[in-house]
Amino acid sequence: MKLSGAEIFIECLKAENVDTIFGYPGGAVLFLYDELYKAEARGDIRHILARHEQGAVHGAEGYAKSTDKPGVAIVTSGPGATNAVTGIADAYMDSVPLVVITGQVPLGLIGKDSFQEIDIVGITRPCVKHNFLVTSIEDIAPTMKKAFHIAMSGRPGPVLVDIPKDLTNPDVDKIEFNYPKELKMRSYQPTIKGNKKQIRTALKMIAEAKKPILYAGGGVVSAKAHKELTEFGQAFNFPVTNTLMGLGTYPSNDKQYIGMLGMHGTFEANRTMHHADLIICIGARFDDRVTGDLNKFSPNAKVIHIDIDPASISKNINAHNPIVGDVKEVLNSLFDIMKEEKIKPNKSAFDAWWKEIKEWQSVNCLAYDQDDKIIKAQYVVEKLWEVTNGDSYVASDVGQHQMFAAQYYKFNKPNRWINSGGLGTMGFGLPAAMGVQLAHPEEVVSVVTGDGSIQMCIQELGTCKQYDLPLNIINLNNGYLGMVRQWQEFFYEERYAMTYNQSLPDFVKLAEAYGHVGARIEKPADVEGALREAIKDTKRLHFLDFVVEEQGNVYPMIPAGYGHNEMYLNKQDAIDDMNGKK
Amino acid sequence: MFKTQKEEKQIRSRHILSLLMENETGALSRVSGLFSQRGYNIESLTVAPTDDPTLSRMTLVTKGNDASVEQIVKQLNKLIDIVKVMELSDYSHIEREIMFVKVAATNMESCASIKRMADIFRANVIDVKNKMYTIEITGRPDKLDGFLETMEEHKIIEVVRSGAMGITRGSNALKV
Repeated sequence: MKLSGAEIFIECLKAENVDTIFGYPGGAVLFLYDELYKAEARGDIRHILARHEQGAVHGAEGYAKSTDKPGVAIVTSGPGATNAVTGIADAYMDSVPLVVITGQVPLGLIGKDSFQEIDIVGITRPCVKHNFLVTSIEDIAPTMKKAFHIAMSGRPGPVLVDIPKDLTNPDVDKIEFNYPKELKMRSYQPTIKGNKKQIRTALKMIAEAKKPILYAGGGVVSAKAHKELTEFGQAFNFPVTNTLMGLGTYPSNDKQYIGMLGMHGTFEANRTMHHADLIICIGARFDDRVTGDLNKFSPNAKVIHIDIDPASISKNINAHNPIVGDVKEVLNSLFDIMKEEKIKPNKSAFDAWWKEIKEWQSVNCLAYDQDDKIIKAQYVVEKLWEVTNGDSYVASDVGQHQMFAAQYYKFNKPNRWINSGGLGTMGFGLPAAMGVQLAHPEEVVSVVTGDGSIQMCIQELGTCKQYDLPLNIINLNNGYLGMVRQWQEFFYEERYAMTYNQSLPDFVKLAEAYGHVGARIEKPADVEGALREAIKDTKRLHFLDFVVEEQGNVYPMIPAGYGHNEMYLNKQDAIDDMNGKK
Repeated sequence: MFKTQKEEKQIRSRHILSLLMENETGALSRVSGLFSQRGYNIESLTVAPTDDPTLSRMTLVTKGNDASVEQIVKQLNKLIDIVKVMELSDYSHIEREIMFVKVAATNMESCASIKRMADIFRANVIDVKNKMYTIEITGRPDKLDGFLETMEEHKIIEVVRSGAMGITRGSNALKV
């Protein structure tokens, strides 16, 4: 039977087992939406209507980040496509597998500055893993096959498929549908298995090390290698630190876990990194927020770097032993070699090292005082962790609240922590949480956000109502763009340029206007009760507007250009530093 | 004088890269875009389809220290349309560039001088009209630079250079 381009598109989604697609309709995708309408009626595919294309793409990201499936989004040409760019760039920076379909004006109108025409393939080229402009109906199925394959394999990432409207029109052309079963691309063959010789060398380096650190990132989440990572860490008694993207890949309640590292990482994680003689980096990329000043970074360490992306190795920090491959495969072959060669790690080999680390831990860098008057943001996150038994999905936006969530919500499982790390996209949290809740309807999903970030995609409260998503929105409202204000306090002599959030809406009324439950919490004593009430309600969205300390800061902090041994632990450190006393 | 490691890092030498890529629309802009996005420099770039019409061959000359060129090669390999990348400078190789120069001769003596220089550099005069000499010359880029220098005493009207292209000697080959 011959099918139209739009019908072929639906068949491709079915062949890829896509059950949920996020989007927003428009002129160039009308034929695709016409078929989506029928597919939804048949019960094949569920379409989630966001309120803005950025929300649709973040929703797809949340869906992908919390499952092992790709996120799929569909938007129209022109402004629909440009609105999607922030989400696509976000997915690119955080290696989220996405397939984004954009409508394009009909082939004959391309290049004529037609209505709602934009060269989205050109615009997104620097922020996609790959993209395609489909130019014939015959190409739709093979291109979709390639798009899903590229998005999901190797280092995952977003793939954009731009489909001109006329290719989807049943009156223009119909062809037989054939979905390619296998795909072999001569120009794309990611390395999966690690080089055994390099892995043997790694074991030798470990045997010689006295002060190792295991540093694991988002690549462990992508590879679903958290079990292997934990086994590896525990077998050798390594101190383990996670990056922002890797939180949950190593259980944070394990005694070997020393917290997140980097700009707002723990004192002990950064000191351990600084004084290490061996860094075993797994699925992380020595991002500048992790390393601080590269010239001061861990001066005495040798580096073993395991990553599926060769370009991530020796990009910022030179790797003495690069191992390219899927981190799960690499760890498993490392275990095999250990068995073959009967390598039994000496569990007490690093006792002296642990003694040093314990001293850094005793600084207790995340301690804070909660009085009975003004709510501390840290306290809210810590209570959320308690109330949800540490097992909520937590989506966050970007800023101080994000760092507080990363520091005080102790994750024990991967895929639970959904945040925008690389691009740092304010407005990510709420729509991403929708995607998470849609993928996990029975689970508790919380959004930790702030008064600045939440307003950047607030329109998605409408989507949450339409699909009955019982999110818990934890708005840490300090009336400021807190992270920027913190920098202004430290480095711009307290000139708070445009960081005071004037004319904030009444969030309670706003939530109610959208049909949700809103509450404003002003006293520390009311925090826990409000959280419990929201979590208990599995039917409705609760918007909890916590009035928190206005000018609270995130500590510890490594200021830009500083090393891991030059942290601020509190305001006094910052003042001393500014006065040149350090 | 010995160089410190830091100075060593800053030595930027010329590297010549050969690429095989899918002959698809947009493949060229992916490569050129990569260079501008990541702040790499392109000295010259030349590209055309090969005997296999589905493949294009590109020769790209860049300047950088070894670490940055290693990163460039990795980033190029990461592009989905790139099939193979080879750093020609790592192999014994042949490198050529073609150039057209249009020179205006002012008098009889300069006509003779232009012809003489062309002979010395094994260049060909391919067109003469109204005392305008168009010369074709092939060679390594530095030879072309040298020829241009000698032409400076005349009036250079126009210069067209192809950019370098290269191939390895012997049995090494950049093939699918």
